[in-house]
Amino acid sequence: MSSTNRLPVHVLLILAGALSLFPLYWLFLTSLSPTQYVVRVPPEVVPRELTIGNYQRLFETTPIVRWLVNTVVIAGVITVFHLLFDSMAGYAFAKRRFPGKDVMFWLVVSTLTVPAQVTLIPVFFILRTLGLLDTYPGVILPGLADVFGVFLMKQFIQTLPTEYEHAARVDGASEWQVYRHIIVPLSRPALAVLAIFTFQRYWNAFIFPLVILRDPAKYPVQVGLATLQGEFNTDYGMLMTGAAIAALPLIAVFFAFQRYFIEGIRIGGVKG
Amino acid sequence: MTAALRRHGWSYVFVLPTFSLFVVFTLLPVAQGLVLALQDARVTGGSFIGLANFGTLADDPVFRQAIGNTVLYATVVVAAQVTLALVVASLIQPLGAKSRVFYRALFYLPLVNSAILVAMVWRWIFNPNPFGLANASLGAIGLGPFLWIGSSDQALLAVILSAVLTIPGGGVVLYSAAMGSLPRELYEAADLEGASPFAKWRHITVPLLRPTTLYLVVVYTILAFQVFERVYIMTNGGGPNNATITIVQLIYSTAFQFGRYGLASAMAVVLFLMAMVVAVAQFRSLRTDVEY
Repeated sequence: MSSTNRLPVHVLLILAGALSLFPLYWLFLTSLSPTQYVVRVPPEVVPRELTIGNYQRLFETTPIVRWLVNTVVIAGVITVFHLLFDSMAGYAFAKRRFPGKDVMFWLVVSTLTVPAQVTLIPVFFILRTLGLLDTYPGVILPGLADVFGVFLMKQFIQTLPTEYEHAARVDGASEWQVYRHIIVPLSRPALAVLAIFTFQRYWNAFIFPLVILRDPAKYPVQVGLATLQGEFNTDYGMLMTGAAIAALPLIAVFFAFQRYFIEGIRIGGVKG
Repeated sequence: MTAALRRHGWSYVFVLPTFSLFVVFTLLPVAQGLVLALQDARVTGGSFIGLANFGTLADDPVFRQAIGNTVLYATVVVAAQVTLALVVASLIQPLGAKSRVFYRALFYLPLVNSAILVAMVWRWIFNPNPFGLANASLGAIGLGPFLWIGSSDQALLAVILSAVLTIPGGGVVLYSAAMGSLPRELYEAADLEGASPFAKWRHITVPLLRPTTLYLVVVYTILAFQVFERVYIMTNGGGPNNATITIVQLIYSTAFQFGRYGLASAMAVVLFLMAMVVAVAQFRSLRTDVEY
């Protein structure tokens, strides 16, 4: 195609991208607009005046910092454990032979199409029995049970050559050392994808923490922000500011590790 | 023998942390969910009542509304998402490698954020006041103002529009990757016969992408069946007269606001069956797929 035919295609794609990004732009713009402009008729798509007043108000009147810390802890702990456990299980399912392996793997596969909401009520009951309702472990433990990462790691580790493992065993390495010093380093690209996807997924989690946590001081930021919404009266300036703050970390992660996001979709499929 | 045992031992060490968590927090809950659906489970306890919950659901106009809204939402949104992803990926494909990388990232960026944040912005855009952006934009061409999320007729439309107006970046990336690996020979043969670019797209590209299309239809449909955050945030969990009530929204309120866990579990089973039907339909059509 010549570059002259390409121009309209670029224009079309940029417009589509702008439309897609517009809610994000509107979010940040509203967060930086003085209160009187937020409810202006007509709304101004290009700002005349910017202020950080909404940010000051948000930090003074809500536990947003606490919510952010909670989110970092919850998503961070879940991510670290997924990296460890999923690479271990992925390695065993990909490379090792042991009695029960096929049954275990079949059980894991069979739950893949089960919507998460099906387990919501029973998990709530189990956590109540264990006395873990309204606790951080109550939010973290069920987060460790999703098996997407096991698949991702199994698929990746399957493609690794077996010679290194054999060589290491011949040299007297223990099974743990084979995993730790051969499999883990070779799996770095898949682990990066897994880390980003898991962190994103639990940074954005909503319905489980909403159901499991009662104490607003323990809320992750998404759940906390939802409580700022009134049924009839919502301070949109402040709400959009909270949303902007919750959005920024993932946007930063996206720009830093963009190729892993794209790679993750190619390997793991669409996860929402 | 002992060496073999030692190696098996290690295998279980590797598998057990994940597998035991999976058993406790996924496998048992799935089984328990099925059992709860057959019970009159409430906050105070419950007893086995067979399929009575499903009878209750069949007669419940709110649940029927939730099914109708969910299916309507899924149908419109999935059709739009798959079409948009295919068209955008097709437009990106002939461009250079650098442009492709740029556009894939451009279309994926909006999806990094949670459904909650996105829904909050859309609630703000579709609010019924004249300063709502949707009303202001349509007002500029002489339409409205509309009540949007404040009206039982327009609330679901606002929720659907909010989902449709975002380019599905994941689908774009998958289509784009699939297009990169299509066999060149068919296109060369078509070129010899003087086929137009549109004819090649219509008769070669689209049919060859069928597996990706099927995959996306299934994944997007199952995700759309689970729509919750948009409704919860945009319309305070159901909208005026339950105009936007969806299955998951109703599961949430039935269980955690009204304490009717058995009835809510029966709804979850219905949702599960709907997802199963879609997944099985995909496997069947993949098996009868024509090989090119």
